[in-house]
Amino acid sequence: MNQTRHRVIDALADYGIVIAFFMLCALLSIVSEAFLSWGNWVNILRQTSINGILAIGMTYVVLTKGIDLSVGSILAFSGLVTGSLVTGSAPHGVLIGISAGLSVGLLLGAVNGLLVARLSVAPFVVTLGMLSVARGMTFIYNDGMPIANLSKDFRFIGQGMIGEVPAPVIILAITFLIFWFILKYTTFGRYVYAVGGNERSAKTSGINTRLIIFAVYVISGLLSALAGLILAARTTSALPQAGVAYELDAIAAVVIGGTSLSGGVGTLSGTLVGALIIGVINNGLDLMGVSSYYQQVIKGMIIVAAVLLDVSRKKQN
Amino acid sequence: MLGCATNSTHAMADSRQEAWQSAVPLVLASGVAKSFNGVPALKNGCLELHAGSVHALCGGNGAGKSTFLNVLMGILQRDAGSIRVRGGEVNFSSPNDALHARISIITQELSPIPGMSVAENIFLGREPRRLRVIVDYPRLFEQAGKLLERLRFEIDPRAPMHRLSLAQTQLVEIAKAFSHQSEIIIMDEPTSAIGENETEVLFDAIRSVSSQGAGIIYVSHRLSEIFTIADRYTVFRDGGFIETGKLADIDRRHLVCQIVGRQVNAGARVAAKTGGETVLSVKNLGRRGEFEDISLDVKRGEILGIYGLIGSGRSEFLNCVFGITKPDAGSAALLDKPIPKGNPGKTIRRGISLITEDRKATGLVLSSSVAFNTTLAALPNLSFASYIDRSKDRQLMKRMIERMHVKLATPEMNVSELSGGNQQKVVLAKCMATNPVCLLCDEPTRGIDEGAKQEVYAFLADFVAKGGAVIVVSSEAPEVLDISDRIAIFKKGRLAVVIDGHLASQEELLHLAS
Repeated sequence: MNQTRHRVIDALADYGIVIAFFMLCALLSIVSEAFLSWGNWVNILRQTSINGILAIGMTYVVLTKGIDLSVGSILAFSGLVTGSLVTGSAPHGVLIGISAGLSVGLLLGAVNGLLVARLSVAPFVVTLGMLSVARGMTFIYNDGMPIANLSKDFRFIGQGMIGEVPAPVIILAITFLIFWFILKYTTFGRYVYAVGGNERSAKTSGINTRLIIFAVYVISGLLSALAGLILAARTTSALPQAGVAYELDAIAAVVIGGTSLSGGVGTLSGTLVGALIIGVINNGLDLMGVSSYYQQVIKGMIIVAAVLLDVSRKKQN
Repeated sequence: MLGCATNSTHAMADSRQEAWQSAVPLVLASGVAKSFNGVPALKNGCLELHAGSVHALCGGNGAGKSTFLNVLMGILQRDAGSIRVRGGEVNFSSPNDALHARISIITQELSPIPGMSVAENIFLGREPRRLRVIVDYPRLFEQAGKLLERLRFEIDPRAPMHRLSLAQTQLVEIAKAFSHQSEIIIMDEPTSAIGENETEVLFDAIRSVSSQGAGIIYVSHRLSEIFTIADRYTVFRDGGFIETGKLADIDRRHLVCQIVGRQVNAGARVAAKTGGETVLSVKNLGRRGEFEDISLDVKRGEILGIYGLIGSGRSEFLNCVFGITKPDAGSAALLDKPIPKGNPGKTIRRGISLITEDRKATGLVLSSSVAFNTTLAALPNLSFASYIDRSKDRQLMKRMIERMHVKLATPEMNVSELSGGNQQKVVLAKCMATNPVCLLCDEPTRGIDEGAKQEVYAFLADFVAKGGAVIVVSSEAPEVLDISDRIAIFKKGRLAVVIDGHLASQEELLHLAS
């Protein structure tokens, strides 16, 4: 009897976030008829894809006990670099533009990783610096002007549909599957958990801890760039002020998804649900006509409540 | 069995009050039980503590000592049984309640606030004040100074905490417990981090407070300490009460048998056939500021002990051979092939494993499962192009857990949920999973109980009997003497001498090392 009760509580704790998600959906479908329509869901998923991709990289970083505040700035810079190569007036190919943008993300992520892993500067400080540096470079790059008129081929990754599903959603799904697989089935994935759980134990287990830490920032940079390209393609122009404060939503998705900020504990599927919850909340509040000012207040409270739930659950154990 | 019932308390005449008080035990616990998720951790905890007594609570890891003490302190709530303090039934719901009943505990986990002074740490939350809110520093320092003087701890009450050595920090924690003027003091491994001189100081303090009428429950894995300081003992095994009595009536061997639950052979390892092939060979290894010019060989079937005082470079040497640090000079070779410098991953793949002295800090990833930890170091052998072969992974994990006799509900459980001895077994399982030919052990038995120690010794003996080579670094002279074929003595970062382990004595070892 006692045993089963514990099992129920454990299950509730494990899937609590999923249950919360469905309850939220049920509530919103009562409040607004439009909520459950296919068109609205396409919308939610499309809006979630950017934050979802950022949050995947962020999960890797947070699992190693780090944090990446620079994702929004890297997103904007990569978007602008790619944008400059795929505007209607520039003759470069889409593939060249995309590779250039992704390389920018890779490079800036590598700088973050090098500073954290090799020189042992606190991740918060390193990425706070990068947040500012990359944003500044974004404005310098095109004198603070947006780059409009992106080529039609390029816009496909933001606006295209594959069957009934928007291209960004497909990209999110593929990205998720790849990084979920890496985290679960490869030695690298295990080492990410080990480094975050106990760096010194990881070292005595023969793990190159610096390489792992370096790699997670590179991943986060790369995925920030990917998100930047999708955002530019969706809005048909690359904006230098794109992605301001996006790091907050990404961190929120990770935390709501149950990943511990003290490292070593968490899952990517949790993060995905976390990102969906944020997407649904944004969408639902929009449908209900709640002003965006209130939306911020409500979102903040939900983030703290989610973590509170997690803390009280751990206490129970 | 313990006497459990105390008679009616009302009929006592005032004149007999004092005599009666000394007869009523400070603590009388019987039949205390506590289960976690249906698994009993403590089945029958009994203890009788009298004023003026130092009572040793003995038992292996998993014997239920910690659970019992946590129940007594109100950190855990008991499922059954009775606890009487000074004759009255109690049921503390928090450590604060216990403090109010003048029970305090000194644990092995230190919790100082590094930025504050010694005096502020001792009286944290109870500082003498002016106008209720302003801390009266002159009085604070005066009170702390008096307390430290009374205990004869040579520590400046104004010194900032972070300047103190680990041993001094421990003494401050102890002073803090005494400052509550507790009548019942629980000491859980109070000497685990302090040296012999400080231990003497601590024992003096214990004698002084117990002669003033306090009762002390003393927990330690070091049996010699127990025989030095305690007058009575109680043994728990597998969550149940086994025996209690006066220490004067028993000997060390009897106590070990009660703790372990079977007869043990004292030391006496059969000397292995040495003269086999050299496994590990270190030539002129040096690292600035730590140790220099060290040359050593270990052969198949041999345990080489390294003995030295703190600061002799013994652990630093081991870390350097393993690759945690890089040497400035010299080299090491395994089976005639050089070991890569500063690369633990490659060192492990060549066949060397390191068992670290602190399983929580450097041995295990406590936030992950037993299965995760067991195969963590062996993953390169279990994967192709970094893709883990899950069935190989499971097989190896199961084999290692069986081989080391790790007791667990499921390998998916968190390693932090295991008892200390079982955690140590997971560390051994992790090291054996990489199939090493040479084991480097840094204080392999620190902080584990008598039974688990015997198991570690048996494991090492078995390992060398199968053709392995072992280096054991230990600060405990009897341990080094018991298990080593040869003993290398380190002194101030240099190799002083290598002696035959079977002929040496404890005095000789200490003399050569200092």
